[in-house]
Amino acid sequence: MSDVSSIQKANPGMNDAILQVEHLSMKFGGLVAIGDLSFQARRGEITALIGPNGAGKTTVFNCITGFYKPSEGMLTLNRRDGSSYLLERLPNHEIPARAKVARTFQNIRLFSGMTLLENLLVAQHNKLMKASGYTILGLFGFSGYRKASAESIDLARHWLEKADLVDRADDPAGDLPYGAQRRLEIARAMCTGPELLCLDEPAAGLNPKESMALNALLMDIKDNTGTSILLIEHDMAVVMQISDHVVVLEYGRKISDGSPQAVRTDPRVIAAYLGVEDEDVETVLTEVGDEDVIEQLDTGPDSAHGPGTSSSYLAGPVTDTVGHSEGERVTVSKGASKAEQVDARSSAAASKAASPAAAKQPSAAKSSAAKPATKAPVKPKTPGASNRRGGRK
Amino acid sequence: MQYFVQQLINGLTLGSIYGLIAIGYTMVYGIIGMINFAHGDIFMIGAFAALIVFLILGALFYSLPVVIALLVMMIVAMLLTSMYNWTIEKVAYRPLRGSFRLAPLITAIGMSIALSNFVQVTQGPRNKPVPPMVSKVYNIEGISVSLKQIIIVLVTIVLLALFWYLVNKTSLGRAQRACEQDRKMAALLGIDVDRTISITFIMGAALAAVAGTLFLMYYGVVVFSDGFTPGVKAFTAAVLGGIGSLPGAVLGGLMIGFIESMWSAYFSIDYKDVAAFSILAIVLIFLPSGILGRPEVEKV
Amino acid sequence: MAVTASPERDIVATPMQRATREALYAGAIALGLFVLFIGLKTDQNISNELILVQRWGLLAIVVVLTMAGRFLYVAYGQPFLANQKIVDVATGLLPESVATRFFRLPYFLAAIVTVAVLVFLAGPLDGLLGPGLAGYARFLRALAIIYALASVLFYFRTFIHAHFSALGITALTLYPVIVVLVLALYGGSVAAGFQGSLKWVDNFGIQILIYVMLAWGLNIVVGLAGLLDLGYVAFYAVGAYAYALLGTHYGLSFWILLPAAGAMAAFWGVMLGFPVLRLRGDYLAIVTLAFGEIIRLVIINWREVTNGSAGISGIPKVSFFGLISFNVSDPNYIAKVFDIATSSAYYKIFLYYLILGLCLLTAFVTIRLRRMPVGRAWEALREDEIACRSLGINTTTTKLTAFATGAMFGGFAGSFFAARQGFVSPESFIFLESAIILAIVVLGGMGSLVGIAVAAMVMIGGTEVLRELDFLKQVFGPDFTPELYRMLLFGMAMVIVMLWKPRGFVGSREPTAFLKESRAVAGSFTKEGHG
Repeated sequence: MSDVSSIQKANPGMNDAILQVEHLSMKFGGLVAIGDLSFQARRGEITALIGPNGAGKTTVFNCITGFYKPSEGMLTLNRRDGSSYLLERLPNHEIPARAKVARTFQNIRLFSGMTLLENLLVAQHNKLMKASGYTILGLFGFSGYRKASAESIDLARHWLEKADLVDRADDPAGDLPYGAQRRLEIARAMCTGPELLCLDEPAAGLNPKESMALNALLMDIKDNTGTSILLIEHDMAVVMQISDHVVVLEYGRKISDGSPQAVRTDPRVIAAYLGVEDEDVETVLTEVGDEDVIEQLDTGPDSAHGPGTSSSYLAGPVTDTVGHSEGERVTVSKGASKAEQVDARSSAAASKAASPAAAKQPSAAKSSAAKPATKAPVKPKTPGASNRRGGRK
Repeated sequence: MQYFVQQLINGLTLGSIYGLIAIGYTMVYGIIGMINFAHGDIFMIGAFAALIVFLILGALFYSLPVVIALLVMMIVAMLLTSMYNWTIEKVAYRPLRGSFRLAPLITAIGMSIALSNFVQVTQGPRNKPVPPMVSKVYNIEGISVSLKQIIIVLVTIVLLALFWYLVNKTSLGRAQRACEQDRKMAALLGIDVDRTISITFIMGAALAAVAGTLFLMYYGVVVFSDGFTPGVKAFTAAVLGGIGSLPGAVLGGLMIGFIESMWSAYFSIDYKDVAAFSILAIVLIFLPSGILGRPEVEKV
Repeated sequence: MAVTASPERDIVATPMQRATREALYAGAIALGLFVLFIGLKTDQNISNELILVQRWGLLAIVVVLTMAGRFLYVAYGQPFLANQKIVDVATGLLPESVATRFFRLPYFLAAIVTVAVLVFLAGPLDGLLGPGLAGYARFLRALAIIYALASVLFYFRTFIHAHFSALGITALTLYPVIVVLVLALYGGSVAAGFQGSLKWVDNFGIQILIYVMLAWGLNIVVGLAGLLDLGYVAFYAVGAYAYALLGTHYGLSFWILLPAAGAMAAFWGVMLGFPVLRLRGDYLAIVTLAFGEIIRLVIINWREVTNGSAGISGIPKVSFFGLISFNVSDPNYIAKVFDIATSSAYYKIFLYYLILGLCLLTAFVTIRLRRMPVGRAWEALREDEIACRSLGINTTTTKLTAFATGAMFGGFAGSFFAARQGFVSPESFIFLESAIILAIVVLGGMGSLVGIAVAAMVMIGGTEVLRELDFLKQVFGPDFTPELYRMLLFGMAMVIVMLWKPRGFVGSREPTAFLKESRAVAGSFTKEGHG
């Protein structure tokens, strides 16, 4: 596991965006799964997409990989050779084939009755199809196909070695233990030769050892193939260790965006992501050991806004779903979004402690992140928080 | 216009029979997710049982009111087909529950072949005509409505109402719906799943038996191979309405009935089945889960 | 029909008590099921009115047989089967299997002796026993031959298993030769050999191979791509009518029309494929079934072209690439070319090799395709369609190629069928045929060519054998026609085999590529597709 600086050295000048998500919205009937989401994944980096359960992360993936057609928004993929693709316009199967986006699934989708090797060969379908002259030439045993076939087995072997599965190459995929299935799915995705690899909770259900192996595999992919990675993950150890950039979602809206360090200290992220009782936020923060954040949060409970009694994922987005026609406002129920509660609380504290002028100060980077997310008023936040400490004590 | 109404009535009659059979398909599909291919032959068994009972009654009594005769035929046919379907479920489907999904389909096809050939072997391969039981025809403003048709539609309505009550208002119906949603969970909650499934088969068979009796009364002839075409039509109806949905099965049955009678009346009688099947294909292109079926969500 | 009562209630009861009770249940149910259908028979009297004939004796026999069968199964069969799975404490071995007890050297020798005696003393014995008992003698002979052959197969089972394909192809290639030779020896002349071979080559050989080919074709759609097709017979019909119509109207040769029929069937495969692309599972099943029915109904009703239910007759015979003809009137008739006696057996033997060649072509193409990207994509589609799409596989074209390839082989088989029969009618293309073909695919083990071939042999050969059981007439009287029971037994066999082996004869799957060694994938891992 190399540290962040070495990666940046390894990929100089590769910081242009490989994937640009602009104003992405996805509605299912009345339910807004994603609301006006914009972010970028930079080339050669590992971008993590995190958020509590039901935040719409997998929906974002499904939009990127074409399983859903987004209701609104633009998904631009810039390939290394300079070509760009609008993913929302490509048919499902052309996204991996032409835009070179590969993905894995939250609940592993392997070809369980086929061997590991076969799984990886299926992933090289398009290449082999061409080599076999769309089956016709291959049927008569032309040498071109035989060569391509041997090469594809070599590539498969390469990825089996990387995933530490080469010993089991001839076993059915369904026979593998869970962790190995995860790695195989990644190896299979890599066999398509992707430029962007989307991994949906690759560490879910892994034991610490498997998790380490996974990290190593992902870092290896990043360092040696130039494939950019977009990652959904709940395991913070994985996220913090390997990602270069973190985007945080809650209820389909972005609440934070930045380096792992920056995101980790964002109070709204902590409140939202950890989904703890409001009273417990402070405890958690103490555990995290971030004094600065504690200071920011250290205000009295705001009777107008809370405290919410449930953790955020239980406070379902029920009122979030009320009719959405053109240009309608999305209302979020009070107490539903932890991030907003934090915003609200800090602004309340600000108005209590500071002058009205302070409240008008332009919001900092963190609150700007929330801007496109909701139409519920984004409460401006004052950076001058030091004087609030006394307010509580 | 008169002609149209006439065809509407014919279609309604035909559709009622299809609907009654289709419910059996759709219920079994709903609860265990398999196509009970033998259901068409269960219908045929019902018609044959009614025929035999009719002959027995004819031999025993010099004259008997038609209503009573029909009732006896229906009840005996219902009992008998229930027994057949119950046995078939136990012997051919239950051991395969939860295994490979095509296996029960193949046993169902095997059962269908075995049943129709069993009747062929035991009852002979020839058409079995019966003298008309009900022959009264009413003429209302140039539209002829036979008593047979009225009986069919009335019986269907009564049965559907009864059936609706069973499924929606009784604990049995609740158990069925629970098994349909999640068999494992239903079992954990103390529902006897095996029994519920057996009862589902029995109910489907009973409705098919009524359809068989009505079919015999309407057409006055039955033959061992009669299970196939109405069976396939009823299955088509169930799928058209959205398989697994009970109102869908009735709606689908009526639609198939209407399509057939209209097509025969206005286009060509030869191609009425082609029309029914083509419309099925066309509807499914636009509504891949039928008209009232729950759309299948592709879980990624 | 035996009925299982739930075993939980019977823990206390001894097997005998249990068996007795089960037998009573079974008897009661059998009585209920059969009282109207076997006890009474609807028949027409002279004035064409339906009357009832009473058959209570028959009903009693059937019920008693059911009870006895159930009793024996519960009392002896079940404990025996259960014992087969229990390891002997003393030796640590499983008890001798039924097979090793059944196939023993003394029995084998006895069978050989019986066959020899019955064959060589056939003449005197017939005179001695009279026609009635001679029928039994012939049956005994057939049983002894089957037993001897089965014993040979059993003793060499490991060898046979290892070289199954090679042995199978050799056996199939030599089959007509062996049949002719054996019958020639038996009948004493070559002509008798050819004449006698007709039945064996045509009814058994060709018939089974047609089904093998059809099942292998459907296997591509159902077994590999996992798309349930209940209307496969439509492509068979398209192929048959393509050859019948073009052959009779334009006099085109079989060798031109064979690929044409295949192409036409493939085209119809794509036509069917398009609307059903979005459909899953049972929706797919009913639309394919409907498609099969539509084709059949159109054939019946489009009388100007297809001659309706009457069918098309006088379909030209196949020639040996135009060099050798099988029409007696032609100058290059085979008997004239080789200067041998005229016999219709030549054509049948030629057809046998033709369909064998077509089958091998199907097998070859299937095996090749499985190892190519398109074949792997089919199997991947069966395993997980969503994953396929995430890997950039165009599932639309993949499905369509599966439909088209499967249909093409159906078309080939169809045109062969038309050429063999010389006559086609819609009767041959009913749903039952689709069901039989599908049953063979599933019974054989989806995707397995060998399993499917075995299933075709067992199911089709088995029902053909019923035609041969003439001696039963002596048992049940001259009115008894075993053929009537053919489909009844076929249907019951389908149920029994499926209950016995839900994954089919060959449940495992051969991988299409390997790094170190090729190991079969157990059936429990493979999926069956969403179709």
